[in-house]
Amino acid sequence: MSTIFTSGLICPLDKNNVDTDQIIPKQFLTSVSRDGFAEALFYDWRYLADGSPNPEFVLNYPQYQGASILLTRANFGCGSSREHAPWALQQYGFQVIIAESFADIFFNNSVNNGMLLIQLSKTNIELLFNRCAQGSQHWQIDLASQEIMFGNNAAMGFNIDADIKQRLLSGLDFIGSSEQLASQITAYEQQRKASMPWLG
Amino acid sequence: MGQTLYQKIYQSHVVGKLNPSTDLLYVDRHLIHEVTSPQAFSGLRLAGRKVRRTDLTFATMDHNVSTQRRSLDAAGETSRKQLEALAENCAESQIPILDLTHPDQGIVHVIGPEQGLTQPGMIIVCGDSHTSTHGAFGALAFGIGTSEVEHVLATQTLPQQQAKTLKVEINGELSPHVTAKDVIMAVIGELGTAGGNGYVAEFCGETIRALSMESRMTLCNMSIEMGAKAGLIAPDEITFAYLEGKAHAPGAEHWSAAVSYWQSLQSDSDAVFDKTVVIDASTIAPQVTWGTSPEQVIAVDTPVPAPESFSDETKRHAAERALQYMGLTAGQKLTDCKVDVVFIGSCTNSRIEDLRAAASVVGTKKVAAGVRALVVPGSGIVKRQAEAEGLADIFKNAGFEWREPGCSMCLGMNDDRVAAEERCASTSNRNFEGRQGRGARTHLVSPAMAAAAAIAGKFVNIAKGDWA
Ligand code: SF4
Repeated sequence: MSTIFTSGLICPLDKNNVDTDQIIPKQFLTSVSRDGFAEALFYDWRYLADGSPNPEFVLNYPQYQGASILLTRANFGCGSSREHAPWALQQYGFQVIIAESFADIFFNNSVNNGMLLIQLSKTNIELLFNRCAQGSQHWQIDLASQEIMFGNNAAMGFNIDADIKQRLLSGLDFIGSSEQLASQITAYEQQRKASMPWLG
Repeated sequence: MGQTLYQKIYQSHVVGKLNPSTDLLYVDRHLIHEVTSPQAFSGLRLAGRKVRRTDLTFATMDHNVSTQRRSLDAAGETSRKQLEALAENCAESQIPILDLTHPDQGIVHVIGPEQGLTQPGMIIVCGDSHTSTHGAFGALAFGIGTSEVEHVLATQTLPQQQAKTLKVEINGELSPHVTAKDVIMAVIGELGTAGGNGYVAEFCGETIRALSMESRMTLCNMSIEMGAKAGLIAPDEITFAYLEGKAHAPGAEHWSAAVSYWQSLQSDSDAVFDKTVVIDASTIAPQVTWGTSPEQVIAVDTPVPAPESFSDETKRHAAERALQYMGLTAGQKLTDCKVDVVFIGSCTNSRIEDLRAAASVVGTKKVAAGVRALVVPGSGIVKRQAEAEGLADIFKNAGFEWREPGCSMCLGMNDDRVAAEERCASTSNRNFEGRQGRGARTHLVSPAMAAAAAIAGKFVNIAKGDWA
């Protein structure tokens, strides 16, 4: 099995505090399906008021078409808990997001959809943005060895929670793994009813 | 070593371990609404799973509903589909729902406490980030995504890792006209929107103890805006008095046992927090946000800051961009700034106490010419009470629109929006770009400040008293 999680083009989004209202504006949240959100990604930045693509937004630059790794800055994904945000990013083609930090709920939502979120120090994020400034980049992300590989033997390591790494590598079913504790759940419910009957 | 309140609640909900760092926690209440649940129900169906505890799951319609008419299609076709999907999913799984025909329908974070569903010591989740509101009761309450909603529906549990603990101690007396909203905005201004990332915040201190439940909810509601996973306030007599007699609160047969358990829900005196912040409430003035992030906030009569005043490069860039979006210049006073729209509502500030505060500022005065002003009560219960107390008449006579309960202009998913470049004084919780409508300029304020802005047609310092 290949340990390469993703191999692809980087799109640098040089912004802090990108909130989920920006990632996917509310008018796209009325869907009852899980698909069809790629077009809505970064809608207000990506399109001009007349609906045409905004040539000044980085996602629309010709050199970043087909990108699968998003590089950004601090506190990415803050705000609303809408899982439509990771859905839109993933359906657009992003499998990996590299940032200085992520908001908690967004982080969990992304992992639950099998995306890899890499958190790096401010210095390392700066180094990556500098690389991008030199021309379009194509990196490989090796999850097993926890490395971003730039080619020519250059690489940068990253940390990841052991549990999340395991889940991503094995592709474990989120609900299924908890269901394995079914008898413990039942036991907890019985004890809860006995000691705090008002809880229901 | 003692335990913090968060650690006590966490420990008492551990069902088992999934691996060395992840526990499976039991969920006491699962609140659902139309926007973040449809995909969870279809996921369940696809996998052939059922809702495990329909009796611990409660639904409401709020994000998408029209606040003008009580009809599923009143906010448009796509909204209707989503509302119908929720109704169908709840009917199929036999989940109780406060739909548009129910007299108590309202915003999920208003109805939970009102119905007595929110109780101390519980773990409460909802597919909505402002679930932190329920922490005001000493419940561990946090927002989850749709995959997690599906997980909770199926198992009534959620995998979690222990968060770090942050103590926010607030002492001192609040100045007149300074509210819980101003306090939490000032705290966010100090800590930043990412200051609480990875932490559960416990608010304590004499200022907090003196707050009503409504004010505590306002405070905990916005703890997510500083990035905290949840906000918590230890329960006390004020909490118990609020809950007694509520529809789903423990009945007489269990009441004293419940209260004695709730009384144990305090951080131990020797508990160690990972981080502590101490704030002097007496120094806080009425707050207004000037930018596009809740941390871009100032006392109402201080000038809008210059980007150069931020030593941090990131904050400097953010300030430049925010000023441009908001149509403001550095040094300008917000008290010189005209408002076009005033919104009093949202899960932050749509409770009875908020409406009383706003109405007392309005009195017999009128909304300024050219200002569109809305009051949207948080629930049917709030609405009826406000009508009974005469607050609704005060608003209507002044020229405010008096609406049906819902999220409304907080995020403009229905038809209540702020137009591009319009300036809105809003009692909601997010001033992000485009939150209230594309190009809309949102300034977060307290209900009293919003009411005053509606009357004066611009922001005013209500603490001064000579504004109208
Ligand atoms: S009022 Fe606003 S913040 Fe609160 S639940 Fe509704 S949309 Fe979310």
